[in-house]
Amino acid sequence: MTLASQPPDSSGGRSLDPHLHRYAARAAGMTASEVRALFAVASRPEVVSLAGGMPNLAALPLDSLSTEVASLISKDGLVALQYGSAHGLPELRDQICEVMALEGISGHPDDVVVTVGSQMGLDMVTRIFCDPGDVVIAEGPSYVGALGTFAAYQADVVHVAMDEDGLVPDALREALAAAEAANRPVKFLYTIPNFHNPAGVTLAVDRRAEILEICAAHRLLVVEDNPYGLLGFDGQTYPALRSMDPDNVVYLGSFSKTFAAGLRVGWVLAPHAVREKLMLAAEAATLCPPTLNQMIVSRYLATHDWKGQIKSFQSAYRERRDAMISALEQHLPAGCSWTVPAGGFFVWMTVPEGVDTKAMLPRAVTARVAYVSGTGFYADGFGSRQMRLSFCYPTPERIQEGVRRLAAVLADELELSRTFGPINQRAAGTGPQVPGPDIA
Amino acid sequence: MSDLGVAVLSGGLSHEREVSLRSGRRLSAALRAAGVSVDEWDVDATLFDRLSEHRPDAVVVALHGVEGEGGAIQTVLEMLGVPYVGSDSHACRRAWDKPTAKTELAHAGIATPDWVVLPHSTFRELGARPVLDAMVDRLGLPMMLKPEQGGSALGAQVVRDATDLPAAMVGCLAYGETVLAEQFVDGVEVAVAVVEGASGPEALPAVEIDPASGVYDYTARYTAGLTNFHTPARLDSVSAAAVADLAVAAHRLLGLRDVSRTDAIIASDGTVYFLEVNSSPGLTETSLLPMAAEVAGRSLGDIYAGLIERAVTRATVHLR
Repeated sequence: MTLASQPPDSSGGRSLDPHLHRYAARAAGMTASEVRALFAVASRPEVVSLAGGMPNLAALPLDSLSTEVASLISKDGLVALQYGSAHGLPELRDQICEVMALEGISGHPDDVVVTVGSQMGLDMVTRIFCDPGDVVIAEGPSYVGALGTFAAYQADVVHVAMDEDGLVPDALREALAAAEAANRPVKFLYTIPNFHNPAGVTLAVDRRAEILEICAAHRLLVVEDNPYGLLGFDGQTYPALRSMDPDNVVYLGSFSKTFAAGLRVGWVLAPHAVREKLMLAAEAATLCPPTLNQMIVSRYLATHDWKGQIKSFQSAYRERRDAMISALEQHLPAGCSWTVPAGGFFVWMTVPEGVDTKAMLPRAVTARVAYVSGTGFYADGFGSRQMRLSFCYPTPERIQEGVRRLAAVLADELELSRTFGPINQRAAGTGPQVPGPDIA
Repeated sequence: MSDLGVAVLSGGLSHEREVSLRSGRRLSAALRAAGVSVDEWDVDATLFDRLSEHRPDAVVVALHGVEGEGGAIQTVLEMLGVPYVGSDSHACRRAWDKPTAKTELAHAGIATPDWVVLPHSTFRELGARPVLDAMVDRLGLPMMLKPEQGGSALGAQVVRDATDLPAAMVGCLAYGETVLAEQFVDGVEVAVAVVEGASGPEALPAVEIDPASGVYDYTARYTAGLTNFHTPARLDSVSAAAVADLAVAAHRLLGLRDVSRTDAIIASDGTVYFLEVNSSPGLTETSLLPMAAEVAGRSLGDIYAGLIERAVTRATVHLR
């Protein structure tokens, strides 16, 4: 595209985007972001990135996997490289049910829809349920990828508070009552009950039934997102919400954390009527999930000790969690607090009053450490005193070094805060506030 | 040109890494289209060995931020005797430090918005409130805050209300220890690229910048569509000549070489104010120098191919 071929605007200028007037309203926030630009530096090895959520794949049996994939192509290549159904491969759906059984779910393979990562499942669920202006209730903070999806469908997010035992039932009751009083249509509760991203907490078992009862009483669908449920550091699992209320829970599962994120294979388990719509929505979006990738996952589950592999992931992540918690206790200044996750990838930290974690990020990048400001995990601008720290990818030694650097950055920022006093929160910048999926 | 081996340096570890990578990619493609053999190198721990072993005929610095514009990489290239496009290390330092550049140009009689430069330590030791009040008394509101060094408008903010000043200071000081506060000048914002040729530094047509939000911040710079550009700027012949003269004067006075881009504002009374100068101008899809080149009927590849020849010739003459 040359300047000469671009239409002038009414003032005769050139906007460099000849399609500017054509975009949907939902594209308004899709802009370059100062914060996202800073994360470009985080990909460099000099920087200790505690920002991204890339799983640590070092323990995967790459040699045997490569043999399996080669064999798959040579023996079944004409199937593996062909279109499949939007429903997903039958054999894989059977195996998915075996995986879900580990968390108490008794699902039928017909009710499973294989998706391109559970992110696509979330997109499909939002697509079929949400009109612009509808309300989605989500924990505060919540998974940034979910917030992005809800924003894309122009749904309004109402956050509900969590404590160390996860979603607070009374806060959910209040949020629902407020929405009903305002005559606002609430479409579903989106929740990550296990080893929450970003908060690191787990919904207490005795709260699960209560949450489901509240939702049932308000005729509210529950969307349960459970990518980390098998990554409890002591091997513990919790009963899935889906196992407790099959008719009112849509369950999102993923192989990204228990096998290979790059294959982008996830699934939705949904009640029959919902499943039918999901399949049609999925077909419109992608025709079908990648056949080859489904077959790789299926072959892996059939031929490898995948439960043993999950145990090795649990061990690796536990070691990293321990390194992070130890370093936080050793280095962080008074006034900081953090969650201690029993599984998953993330610690959620609150910094002393007066520190704005988003404003502090450039200083951290200069000091060669990266994190994600809490503002990225709220749809309402909250979170400036919080940050998400990932321990999934760096080695324990790098985690300790990263936290040491972060402590020095915080000390400098606290001094700045003492100089200028409590500040009004800076206006939130536009564009993405979190790193892309390829940042460790 | 085709027998020359050129390395384009981009990336690095500055806050502007992403912008630099984009500049490097675009420049490399343009040079290849012009028949130049190009390698794209990031700036990391392998660079010194690469330069020593591969000895490119010339290096083009597409780095932004302190590595590329503060004179550091130029010093390394000078020590290794590798020819490179762009200003030498001393000139880079003068241009990179905004207060230094403003001071030198002001001494030469060029208008630049009134300014003060203050490190965090001054606010800490004297107390923030009286110093901030004094800044407002001196510069008025709105006021422009920038890190004293830096590019791509990172950390830069227009402060319209004194109550926003402490937060803006905190945001700005996240990018560096010292703040440049400037009087805000309302007017037409332009950028003028200068390219050296056989007849010396020559200004390309000015590009007028009209951000939809009113502020040409990072988002407005790098999101196509959020800023309207007029190429050439909608200036009368007197103002057009004045901004061209300013850009060439800044280039000469700061001792810049090969290429630069000067940012300026033309106030409603016609006064042309110098804002800052870039010794390693952005070359991304939304950057200003490529737009100016296109409206001048010149391709980015041909411009930089010419500058590469100049760099190689310079080195040859120097060796004699």
